[in-house]
Amino acid sequence: MNTSPPSAAATATSETPLVSVRDLRTWFELRQWGFVRVGSVRAVDGVNFTLKRGEAVAFVGESGCGKSSLARTLLGLHQPTAGVVEFEGRSMASLNSRELLDYRARVGYVQQDPYGALPPFMDVRRILREPLIIHGIRNRAEQERRIRKVLEETRLSPPDEYLPKFPHMLSGGQQQRVVIARALILEPSMIIADEPVSMLDASVRVEILSLLRRIQTSHELTLAFITHDLSTVRHFAERIFVMYAGRIVESAPVEELLNHPQHPYTHALLAALADPDPDNALREREVPSGEAPSLLNPPSGCRFHPRCPHAMSGVCDVDDPPDFEPRRGHISSCWLHR
Amino acid sequence: MRAWLSGLLELRKYPSAIIGMAIIAFLVGLSVYTVITVPYSQALELWRGGEQWRMHPVNAGPAWVDRLRGGGKPETMVISSADSDIDVEPFEGGQRLRIPLEFDYDYTAFPSEINLFLSTPELKREPFTRLTWIAPDGDETPLGGHRIAREDRVSITQDWALERRLGHVPHVGLLARDLDDESPQVQPGRYTLVLDAIVFDEDARIDADLVLYGRVHGLAGTDHQRRDLVVALMWGTPVALAFGLLAAVGTTITTLIIAATGVWYGGWIDATIQRLTEVNMILPLLPILVMVGTLYSTSIWLMLGVVVALGIFSAGIKMYRAMLLPIRQSPYIEAACAYGAGNARIVLRYMIPRILPVLIPTFVTLIPTFVFLEASLAVLGLGDPILPTWGKVLNDAQSESALYSQYYYWVLSPAALLMLTGLGFAMLGFALDRVFNPRLRAF
Amino acid sequence: MASTPLLSVEDLKLHYRSSRGVVKAVDGLSFDIQRNEALVVLGESGCGKSSLAKTLLRILPRNVHHCSGRVMLDGTDIMALDEERFRRDVRWLRIAMVMQASMNALNPVVRVGEQVAEPLRVLRKWDRQRAMRKAAEVFELVGISTDFLQRYPFELSGGMRQRVVLAMALITDPELVILDEPTSALDVLTQASIMNVLKRIKRERGTSFMLITHDVATSSEIADRVALMYAGQLVEISTAGEFFRHPAHPYSKLLMASVPRLRQEQRPAHIPGQPPNLLAPPDGCRFADRCPSRFQRCAEDPKMFRLGYRRQVRCWLFAEGGKRP
Repeated sequence: MNTSPPSAAATATSETPLVSVRDLRTWFELRQWGFVRVGSVRAVDGVNFTLKRGEAVAFVGESGCGKSSLARTLLGLHQPTAGVVEFEGRSMASLNSRELLDYRARVGYVQQDPYGALPPFMDVRRILREPLIIHGIRNRAEQERRIRKVLEETRLSPPDEYLPKFPHMLSGGQQQRVVIARALILEPSMIIADEPVSMLDASVRVEILSLLRRIQTSHELTLAFITHDLSTVRHFAERIFVMYAGRIVESAPVEELLNHPQHPYTHALLAALADPDPDNALREREVPSGEAPSLLNPPSGCRFHPRCPHAMSGVCDVDDPPDFEPRRGHISSCWLHR
Repeated sequence: MRAWLSGLLELRKYPSAIIGMAIIAFLVGLSVYTVITVPYSQALELWRGGEQWRMHPVNAGPAWVDRLRGGGKPETMVISSADSDIDVEPFEGGQRLRIPLEFDYDYTAFPSEINLFLSTPELKREPFTRLTWIAPDGDETPLGGHRIAREDRVSITQDWALERRLGHVPHVGLLARDLDDESPQVQPGRYTLVLDAIVFDEDARIDADLVLYGRVHGLAGTDHQRRDLVVALMWGTPVALAFGLLAAVGTTITTLIIAATGVWYGGWIDATIQRLTEVNMILPLLPILVMVGTLYSTSIWLMLGVVVALGIFSAGIKMYRAMLLPIRQSPYIEAACAYGAGNARIVLRYMIPRILPVLIPTFVTLIPTFVFLEASLAVLGLGDPILPTWGKVLNDAQSESALYSQYYYWVLSPAALLMLTGLGFAMLGFALDRVFNPRLRAF
Repeated sequence: MASTPLLSVEDLKLHYRSSRGVVKAVDGLSFDIQRNEALVVLGESGCGKSSLAKTLLRILPRNVHHCSGRVMLDGTDIMALDEERFRRDVRWLRIAMVMQASMNALNPVVRVGEQVAEPLRVLRKWDRQRAMRKAAEVFELVGISTDFLQRYPFELSGGMRQRVVLAMALITDPELVILDEPTSALDVLTQASIMNVLKRIKRERGTSFMLITHDVATSSEIADRVALMYAGQLVEISTAGEFFRHPAHPYSKLLMASVPRLRQEQRPAHIPGQPPNLLAPPDGCRFADRCPSRFQRCAEDPKMFRLGYRRQVRCWLFAEGGKRP
């Protein structure tokens, strides 16, 4: 199933990260009456990370933590307010429109709501042809070959059964496969999947996640998997970034993070998460008080400090915590590690 | 395409759709038939009126209405000299012709008018005729003598002397059983109008046509200019459908594209479109059309242009905008951006098709509103000056006070066609709405 | 206490008419709920679990084709009541409901306090002051500061709105609260704190709950018993302990194995195949097509076989022990 083994040149380039993000900020201006500025929503506010080729990572956080805005900034759907996004060593800001179009072919996008992500008035063939047409692949036979290939890859076979169908004729899982097929059809190097299973039934979730993972490994793709559900990431990602209020607060390889969480927010998330167990009903869970802060007006210092059980006044509420590395390969932004 | 097909198939479940489509099919069929049988130039020529209609009665109602009501109103009778035995009596320097024009009159009502049309070839001296009216009971009424020109019309109805003599208008008096009766009855039987002519040429002929104008005529009757209304009613159909369809297509497509563009780009483009729309919405359409019609031209195609132009920034933009705004946010548009679809492609291929299903019913119900608009303009006297349309018929009827004179057919037939058009499109439109608009789909 | 159950449902059926035929959304359900018991109804989307809730509260859509069965509330058949009596005596007063996504269905121009107090003012004809006092009480119960009584829905976060909706269901002190996917749109931390609120209410007030959800992990937070639905039918009903530790029905087993777990090394497995079409459910066992333990008898329609105390399974594998006809 695997494609050709990585050549020497590919190994050399895999030294440089595929994506490198430095101090990325994506703010949305709030305006009143259309022109008076009343403030900015700091959806992404100072994010740093690098993604290697062929790596599967997960961004985990609650809704409103900026993870979807981060995804859209990476996809070039939002202009970053500040900071740098480099793809294969080139800054996205420097791309001209031709190069930007090429970039869009290199990054696939899988969305949360599979039904909404598919134009309801197009059949599967048309849906999959659209990206090809846009990227100048106009030869019908070539289009058909690629369409059939991605349908086989996403296990929508036989393709002839699915090609003439409209999205509403497909089940949720099949719709999401079509979305994945569409993301794959331009043969990208990276796939960004924003909550790809949160709107699907439990029995289908595993199937879709396994599919994504299988495609990621067989094509040596970089997979950025955005989710609010830590319990799904274990088998489908290698590294986890935990986001809170527009920032990455902790990052580590999966097992390391799940077994040795460092940041108090990660602790809270793990504690709140239930595995099915009848004993759950007997005890209440520890939940930090309060709610996630407004991104319009985030708290000073560490953004988690108003809810943090370990907050140290004079430190956490004053200064932004830098990235500490309390364990090897495990980064946490918390003053506790000082 | 398949979704559309299945939608159309589903239409079969709605009787209103079937009736509506039948009505529309009838109107379209009528239009096609009209355009083929009466070409455009011929229609304009006919509608111009004049001598070509001289054999038609003035303001005669439709024959079938009278027959349905059991009436015996006469239809127009033409008695031609070509069918009668002409006695020729030559004499020196000329000849004497005796032309009997015979006809059987069995109607219970009197004709509306009697004219005699005479034509002679170019002659050195004008011939002289003497007319005698012979009733079925043998009564002879001399109608006097006439010197006839090459093309002549002897209007027996307008012979005032005769009218005084008979005590009734001639077309009543000549056919009455008893002249002393206040409301005379028709004397049925064979009448003869004898034409004694002295011709001063050896081989001259006289063609005579006696016309007893009826009180009913054909399918739709005639108007004050003797024109057959069938021409206007039939030609009104393609004109109305074309106007309605073109105006609806023109306004819908432009409005839709502008609305979608505004929604997609947002910002100042959207704001400009919105302000323009708001300004345009307070401009009254009808007065502007009246102004254009009065000051410039009332050509139907110019009116169409103005209607479309004013319709571009109409309230429709607000409606489409409200429908498109949530679509602009929808994930599939975001996905299209992510795989690199350009602005025009997103507007035309991703946003507009999404609302087409909801739009088609609106579009279908929009067609008759433009048909009515055209008719209203015509009623206001801003109808196309040369084209026969339903509105023009109504306008004529109104200016001739048709309803006071009890010429109901003159108003009712164009009104019925207008209503039929409205009904057909509305019935189809509502059914389409049920099929394509999921919110309305009742279980 | 165990003598008469609070709610006992027998052979409940709800069929809809649709343009393509009759949809058997609920097809012969029988179960009961004791006082102070939380029954979790689990099932995938489209298995009929929301229709079940709507049938119990008789908020039915217009296209109902067939609705039958017995619903005994504390010994009286509430299905037999006429609509007016049901509205006056049962709906919201004895059985309240938090509907799916109802936190987004709050009236945006009415203060939440007024909205929460409304059931009392309409159904109990209480005056405004008394109802508002009670509203303040339930606000504290569900963990919202009473300052929020005067707020409008858009001023509240999703978690707060969900609590408001819960307060609205609790204000009449109902004996049974039906919760349809109460936390599925919420964040992990908010979800956990709402589940904490439910646990506390159950403990302090003795309210019974019927929680309808597709989320196995969250359902274990409150479940005393679990009823698993598949294609309009119950396939297993048992105590939470047995269900989560030793599921019996093949579908239950597969479902439990498909749940991703944080604290488990084993990779979750997926269930092959698709649920059947409710327009024309297959003859025999409805899960047979996807079932790994299928055998000849599965072509016949299985009954609910008793398997220990208050535990029933709709599967031929368990027929021998029960020896039913």
